[in-house]
Amino acid sequence: MTSPLLAVETVHKAYDDNAVLRGLDLSVDAHEVVVLIGASGSGKSTLLRCVNGLEPIDAGRIVLDGELEVTALDADLDVVRRRVGIVFQSFNLFPHRRVIDNITLAPRKVLGKSKTDAEQHAHELLTSFGLSDKANDYPDRLSGGQQQRVAIVRALAMDPELMLFDEITSALDPQLVGEVLDVVRGLSEAGMTILMATHEMAFAQESADRVCFLDGGVVLEEGPPEQVFGEARESRTRDFLARVRAR
Amino acid sequence: MSVTTDQAEPTPTTTAAAAPYVDPVRRGALRRRGRRNLVVSAVSLVVVVVSSAVVIANASGWPAVQAAFFNPEEFRQYFPDVLAAFWLNIRMFLVAEPVILVLALGIALIRGTRSPVMFPLRLAATVYTDVFRGVPTILLVLLLGLGVPALNISGIPTDPVIWGVVALIVSYSAYVAEVFRAGIESVHPSQRAAARSLGLSSVQSSRYVILPQAIRRVVPPLLNDFISLQKDTALVSVIGPIEALRQAQIDGAENFTFTPYVIAAVLFIALTVPMTRFADWLNARAARERGAGGSA
Repeated sequence: MTSPLLAVETVHKAYDDNAVLRGLDLSVDAHEVVVLIGASGSGKSTLLRCVNGLEPIDAGRIVLDGELEVTALDADLDVVRRRVGIVFQSFNLFPHRRVIDNITLAPRKVLGKSKTDAEQHAHELLTSFGLSDKANDYPDRLSGGQQQRVAIVRALAMDPELMLFDEITSALDPQLVGEVLDVVRGLSEAGMTILMATHEMAFAQESADRVCFLDGGVVLEEGPPEQVFGEARESRTRDFLARVRAR
Repeated sequence: MSVTTDQAEPTPTTTAAAAPYVDPVRRGALRRRGRRNLVVSAVSLVVVVVSSAVVIANASGWPAVQAAFFNPEEFRQYFPDVLAAFWLNIRMFLVAEPVILVLALGIALIRGTRSPVMFPLRLAATVYTDVFRGVPTILLVLLLGLGVPALNISGIPTDPVIWGVVALIVSYSAYVAEVFRAGIESVHPSQRAAARSLGLSSVQSSRYVILPQAIRRVVPPLLNDFISLQKDTALVSVIGPIEALRQAQIDGAENFTFTPYVIAAVLFIALTVPMTRFADWLNARAARERGAGGSA
């Protein structure tokens, strides 16, 4: 039996006295698209930040590809982050660097690529995401949707095995959400493994292989989208979905 | 990996370049108000200048003050002298400024470290800023300028100019370190998170992501400190070097005139005003950029 690309095993994480994750288990197989849903504060973002090593956990384990323990006390997080890309709600592009320099910074300084190689790869990615004419612009010249697509390209430029998306459309004007979700759809069709927290239920329903409902710091219910959205077992899942749909 | 999105670019709301419409009545009223404002400020300026001039010129001491401070003949006579001495102020400033920048940035970076190994350095940096920001600059000039040469340690320079500059460096680097530290802390933590999430090390994140943004933000306050430093080079005169202020004192004593002081003041103003205007311009530009809200 092959191990999953990502295994989260009974992870606990608290901020001071506020326990956010309470023994959460989750696994993601290669090429799978797993969508995390749940109320604000249910721990979706915290889980993603823990997987990337941006937050230390209190108990449990997170293992990448069966061999790299992200949460080991002596783990080299720079190695983890080379293999796991993350995109944030607020884009977090570097405002003082042009788009092309945002993208090539990590490949050059971390992977040791030459400027020419890194820029060539960046231009290929920008072209495939319809951003080729933005390479020399500064981020504040771009729309929110364009900035978020650049942030995705910047993470992809490191050739990650796993992409984490942390509510990447929540800060966008409604008419810009579509262009960003199209990018995620394209990535999943190309075989990328994706773990994504989102409030876009329509997108989850249509594009996810599996939907996980987070509640009380654990995955309360998970399954294929048609099951979770259509015939949820748990009443809390049904309540949550009813509230979301009522909006 | 090749992925294509045929998502069309969101078309910006481009309206045909129609001339903006302004109500002619409003336009006329605004123009009249603008002209009135111009007239009022001109008149008020003339009134203030003329009335102050009248008050000063009619003061019983004015002829004496004019003779002592604003004697055109003495101005011409002593100007070359004071100007030559002013060159020392400029040199002290030019030597001190780059050293202060480097030292202050180093102190700020040390204070920003988290590693336990760095604790002694961190402590030293904190004590340094606390102590040298607390001591008046003129006192530092006196202590270093008179104290260190008196130690008679062989190999240590005894030139008071050197110790005066060292005192300025010590005092200003403590100030400027705090300016740098404030700039570093003003960069949002999400920028560091983004850098680290891409696999950049802590040092790389600081160097390529945090510091460039921090330094850009602190340029206007740094210029302010350097304007202040230009003036404070005059403090070195208390331990002997003949810079502009000291030269003015000497010249003035020769002839019982204060005109050389005015010469020194004019020279300092000539140096600081362009820098002040430049700092204002940078501040205004920074405010405009913040106002435009290019947040990312």
